[in-house]
Amino acid sequence: MQQNETGQGQPPDLRTTAADLQARAADVNGPAAIDVAHLVKLYKATRAVDDISFRIARGSITGLLGGNGAGKTTTIAMIMGLVLPTSGRVEVLDAKIPEQSYDVLGRMNFESPYVDMPMRLTVRQNLTIFGRLYAVNHLRERIDQLAADLDLKEFLDRASGKLSAGQKTRVALAKALINEPDLLLLDEPTASLDPDTADWVRQHLETYRKTHNATILLASHNMLEVERLCDRVIIMKRGKIQDDDSPDRIMARYNRDTLEEVFLDVARGRMREGAS
Amino acid sequence: MSEIVSHRHRGISLHRINAMVLRYWYLLMSSWPRLLELVYWPTLQIITWGFLQTYISQTSGFFAKAGGSLIGAVILWDILFRGQLGFSISFLEEMWSRNLGNLMMSPLKPIEFLLSLMIMSLIRLAIGVIPMTLMALFFFGFNFYAIGLPLILFFCNLIFTSWSVGVFASGLVLRNGLGAESIVWTLMFAVMPLACIYYPVTVLPVWLQYVAWALPPTYVFEGMRSLLIDHVFRADLMIDAFVINAILFAASFAIFLALLRAAKRHGSLLGGGE
Repeated sequence: MQQNETGQGQPPDLRTTAADLQARAADVNGPAAIDVAHLVKLYKATRAVDDISFRIARGSITGLLGGNGAGKTTTIAMIMGLVLPTSGRVEVLDAKIPEQSYDVLGRMNFESPYVDMPMRLTVRQNLTIFGRLYAVNHLRERIDQLAADLDLKEFLDRASGKLSAGQKTRVALAKALINEPDLLLLDEPTASLDPDTADWVRQHLETYRKTHNATILLASHNMLEVERLCDRVIIMKRGKIQDDDSPDRIMARYNRDTLEEVFLDVARGRMREGAS
Repeated sequence: MSEIVSHRHRGISLHRINAMVLRYWYLLMSSWPRLLELVYWPTLQIITWGFLQTYISQTSGFFAKAGGSLIGAVILWDILFRGQLGFSISFLEEMWSRNLGNLMMSPLKPIEFLLSLMIMSLIRLAIGVIPMTLMALFFFGFNFYAIGLPLILFFCNLIFTSWSVGVFASGLVLRNGLGAESIVWTLMFAVMPLACIYYPVTVLPVWLQYVAWALPPTYVFEGMRSLLIDHVFRADLMIDAFVINAILFAASFAIFLALLRAAKRHGSLLGGGE
């Protein structure tokens, strides 16, 4: 990293233009798992998402980064069909969302801190219900397999509300994987997990992506996690895409060693200062 | 697509409806206060009104002749009220547990969700009302089931109305969050004075009678009085009630879909709070 006199990294003038972002948005070889074009979401006068476009290649892991209120959750919610866009287009696995949602919802799944599973039901009961909703074959075996993979066995018959935060996250992940989705949308997948378990979950996600050629879009504040897992990073700020590239190229462009430093640069508008 | 999943996502799926019924069944069986609540109020109702019926039938010639019309009205009102509550409480369970996002993101369709709520309303109703009818029989000598075939028609009309109100109230909560929860508990009481549960329609002012006749339960309670007091079954009343119920149900389902769409437009499904 280049150091300036104060010891801080000096970001060069490599501002990402709208044309660059548009070019990268289209830069996906083969069929896209997610194709978002000119997506806008207005909540009264607030532009939660402001004309964003991107395509995500099948079998890739993409990180959605941004501070609170950047528009990550709204973007993911629009991809899932839980929030209707004000304008723009979303296609998921070749289906238009929300018009053709039911053609692809069985091939998707998600995990988010904004939802919970029924707390009085045991983990096994919850997984059974979601397995049935997703029409999973050989459900008993699938639950046993997930319990082994995600280390749920010891509390499989415990009420979900009596689990620790880390255990709940693992159960939510098990629910998200119950149908072996082609597209997995994750919002803070390792929040509340101790470093060992978080690392183990990341390994599991990497393995899952490789073995199933699954596409994963994850929103995270854990920069190390994004660096390690993601082929590509989309940085959002105030509803707009600030940058969109591989972690290495983004770090090089900002002349930073870590994504966390890049995140801080973007959040605090340092790039503009350095460039001016 | 992974072979682990069956291709069962098109059309209405009994499999998914069954999954949702199972979800509410698990919940009910895991919580004794929920089970107790189902029988508690109906039991209190039948005891209170049963003694009242006993008292006034001893002092009034009309009520002696009316042969359990008060107790019958109480039980039918409970079917109407508990039917709606059974529907709406199952819906609220999803809001309370913040599970709605999981369901909306799954292949479960709104119509399947509503059908599972209807089935649960029947199950919850059976748990609450069957003991109530047995108490009416053993303590007050009123055999609810002696009404016979008309009872099925009374029941069907009332349960359809309760589902229509339940669907509408659930849509309001979906759109407005748990801040609108009180509507679920109180909406049916708005119907109570106009449905003429305990008195004939003719008691109302003429202009209000038009409003009363727009409500399907009015036909049921008039039909019940006709049967218990005059021993005449009014099939015409039941047919009229079915027609109005069909219109009411279609309208409430359309409103639910519109409110669901509004909730998605306003981003209410992710929060679900106040």
